[in-house]
Amino acid sequence: MTAVEVVLRAVGVLAAFLVLPLLVGQAEHKVMAHMQGRLGPMYAGGFHGWAQLVADGVKFVQKEDITPAAADRRVFRFAPAVALVPYLVALAVIPLSPSVVAADVPASAVFVLAVTAVGILGTLMAGWASANKYSLLGGMRAAAQLLSYELPMVLAVASVCLAAGSLSLGGIADAWRPAWLLWQLPGAVVFLVAAVAELQRPPFDMPVADSEIVFGAYTEYTGLRFAFFLLAEYAGIVVMSLLFAVLYLGGWHGLFSDQLGWLWTMLKGLVVAVVVIWLRVAWPRLREDQLQRLAWLVLVPLALAQLAITGVWVVVTS
Amino acid sequence: MSSPARKSGGTGIPGILKGLATTARTLATPSHTAEYPDVAPSLPPRSRGVIALLEENCTSCMLCARECPDWCIYIDSHKETIPAATPGGRERQRNVLDRFAIDFSLCMYCGICIEVCPFDALHWSPEFEYSELDIRDLLHEKDRLGQWMPTVPPPPALDEHSAEPAEVAASQKPARGGSRLVPRERPARVRPARVGDESPSGATGATPREAAAAEAQATPPTPDEAGGDQA
Repeated sequence: MTAVEVVLRAVGVLAAFLVLPLLVGQAEHKVMAHMQGRLGPMYAGGFHGWAQLVADGVKFVQKEDITPAAADRRVFRFAPAVALVPYLVALAVIPLSPSVVAADVPASAVFVLAVTAVGILGTLMAGWASANKYSLLGGMRAAAQLLSYELPMVLAVASVCLAAGSLSLGGIADAWRPAWLLWQLPGAVVFLVAAVAELQRPPFDMPVADSEIVFGAYTEYTGLRFAFFLLAEYAGIVVMSLLFAVLYLGGWHGLFSDQLGWLWTMLKGLVVAVVVIWLRVAWPRLREDQLQRLAWLVLVPLALAQLAITGVWVVVTS
Repeated sequence: MSSPARKSGGTGIPGILKGLATTARTLATPSHTAEYPDVAPSLPPRSRGVIALLEENCTSCMLCARECPDWCIYIDSHKETIPAATPGGRERQRNVLDRFAIDFSLCMYCGICIEVCPFDALHWSPEFEYSELDIRDLLHEKDRLGQWMPTVPPPPALDEHSAEPAEVAASQKPARGGSRLVPRERPARVRPARVGDESPSGATGATPREAAAAEAQATPPTPDEAGGDQA
């Protein structure tokens, strides 16, 4: 790989990183609006308010960047980057098709899980450094949520890796068969729920909980740094949706997958993103204890059962 | 937690799925947003927007200002004397409205002023877009209130078998002079002078009633009548 190619791939990933979250955000505006029987933003940009998020970005840039006097300044200012960059790194290794992938690394499934887990560290840093009790509460809730939901997520992915006999996302998608839709369904459900929880999206948005603890760890953030946290959330949706599409929906498998494989992955990812948005509209926020109950009494046993089934199946068939 | 009141089994999964189905159904149906600034809403004619003043009807009787719970109606008026129309007639006085203002920053749109107005000078107009950037501009003087008058919808039609409005009935009645029944010539109602009456009432120009009153004062009542009054 030449230096020019490396730069081109990096720019491509950066462009995807800047465009796809906006796409998901706009989809959220519109899907949420129509699920609630209204129209959503309609003015910015002309056609159905397509430029609303760009306009929001311009607004965020104009806002004053405030750091509280009592805050741990360096950690406070560094936290949005910690929240945002991991998803950029994760996006680089997710294959859209066997050829369309920025960095084809071995054991990329493990790599993606490890990197996305860093993202919540940004929330934790923000909550700890803000010198604000609401932020601290939000940060601690985020930490508890990370601990609880990382486990079922890893177990669910482990089941798929075991079934495919590969730790690489490309290898998993290659080994994927339509029967997996049924066979790996419990693991897929566990993964989806855990992914939504890890992104701190409703119904698992207790760390943010805009009506109980103001805005959780982001309470003290203004302007562009706040926008980075929001962008991190939507980039997280993109990463998790694409990951779900590659792991459970077969990625580029579909008609004309040799030419249009990347499109299939994107379409499947978009469907998953819409489902994530759908969950936000349909369900109310869980209580903190319900969150932990669901993680430890439902998701972890379910993921372990899935892992056992997969293990038995692999041993029997091999 | 398994209280008897709880439905749909302990898991609650049916409820969760029902929520998803509801939102999906709403997504599939066209949204019913009223695009207000772009599309004017179709309001029923009796909707309450702003209060219009028909200045010609106002007699500045102050009933509206007195009944207003917010005291947001300001009325100033003065009296003018109208000279007698016929020679020897009486001069008349009438109220002339100087100022009629409603402060819509205070008004709570109870509509009491409109209901109490005895002369139909106040009306509800369905116009509702009169917000201002400055709260002081919400004080509408009488010219502004009069400008709302063309927006007032006509009153609803009468019931089929109802009596005609009094104004219409009066206007359709034949004029008094034009009737075929010409009133008979009657003698002037002048009371005949009594025997021994010093002051002939007809000569002084006083009306018969006044003359009778003067007569009653002049003659003291009889003892029988006085007793009857006391009882």
